[in-house]
Amino acid sequence: MSIRIQIFAVCGSLAISFFIFELIRKRKMLEKYSLLWFGAAVVLIVLSLWRDLLEKAAAFLGVYYAPSALFIIAAFFAMMMFLHFTVVISRLSEQNKNLAQEVGILHEELRSLRQHSGQAE
Amino acid sequence: MPEQGGVSPNVENMDALRKRLVIVPAFNEENSIGQVVEDILGSGLGLDVVVIDDGSQDRTGEIARTHGARVIKLPFNLGIGGAVQTGLKFAFRHGYDVAIQIDGDGQHVPSEIPHLLTPLLRREADVTIGSRYLGAHHYRTPFMRRLGMIVISAVNSLLIGQRITDNTSGFRAFNRRAIEFLSNHYPIDYPEPEAVVILGRNGFRLKESAVKMRQRLAGESSINSLGAVYYMVKVLLAILIDVFKTYPKAG
Repeated sequence: MSIRIQIFAVCGSLAISFFIFELIRKRKMLEKYSLLWFGAAVVLIVLSLWRDLLEKAAAFLGVYYAPSALFIIAAFFAMMMFLHFTVVISRLSEQNKNLAQEVGILHEELRSLRQHSGQAE
Repeated sequence: MPEQGGVSPNVENMDALRKRLVIVPAFNEENSIGQVVEDILGSGLGLDVVVIDDGSQDRTGEIARTHGARVIKLPFNLGIGGAVQTGLKFAFRHGYDVAIQIDGDGQHVPSEIPHLLTPLLRREADVTIGSRYLGAHHYRTPFMRRLGMIVISAVNSLLIGQRITDNTSGFRAFNRRAIEFLSNHYPIDYPEPEAVVILGRNGFRLKESAVKMRQRLAGESSINSLGAVYYMVKVLLAILIDVFKTYPKAG
């Protein structure tokens, strides 16, 4: 692995970590959603710094050019994150639907209560 | 106070299944909703009506209310599944013994409701489905759509061990047990055919009754003829996934 690609890899991973950290610090991202991102960044930093480990991981995966293994691992994390987002979005839309239904029902019950107690709406 | 959500209705009423709610999901149906509500209230079957205004941009909700229906206005469009489920939740909390689902576009005829009620009152079924295709019918369906429905019907029948001829019918009646189950687990993607499978596989007794339906005059069916095959494939996929889902309150 050339030193140049190693520098790019380390800088990229560090930049991502810093960016995630900033997002959490400014409360634009909840900690619980940041774990996967941090996990990915840490693994990528370790693999970019520790050449031996990357070579071994590449050999294990059957990848001849070690830096390509970085892409594969990054792609794996990306997939995991997409899956994670889909799960989160599904949960949110379910909750959103339930809330909309509650709002509708409560609104009608409130209107009916007010009417029966003789108040104008 | 005439009504309190969740308070137990008295036992005699339970026996006669006297508390009956008609759920009318409606999205931009200002032209037909008034007549539908009036027909239901004038049926002499002691029916209450709740119109679920699914985020309409027209006067559907106001018109339904002036014709005597209770109206639940959803803050935004949830689709037919979310709308019907809202009605079922309302029915459950307000102690209804029977809930009847009927379209707001005038396609279903309220005078046919007794055909849906009878099997529930005789305790022969937990859910009745009004079928266009049962018995001597004159309901015309475009060929491709009919073909898709036959395939869905065959698959559903295999999955629940019972033949259901009209899986996409939105004219149905539910007893209290089914109301409770569905208010927690109503399918959202393709609610009508999926509900058949979910109910059938979770120990609910289904029964179809032949009903007359009006040919749709205005408005588009949610299934257009070009998309019939695509619709069928999507429904089949959803149904097959439903089979593997587990429900905590099953049975």
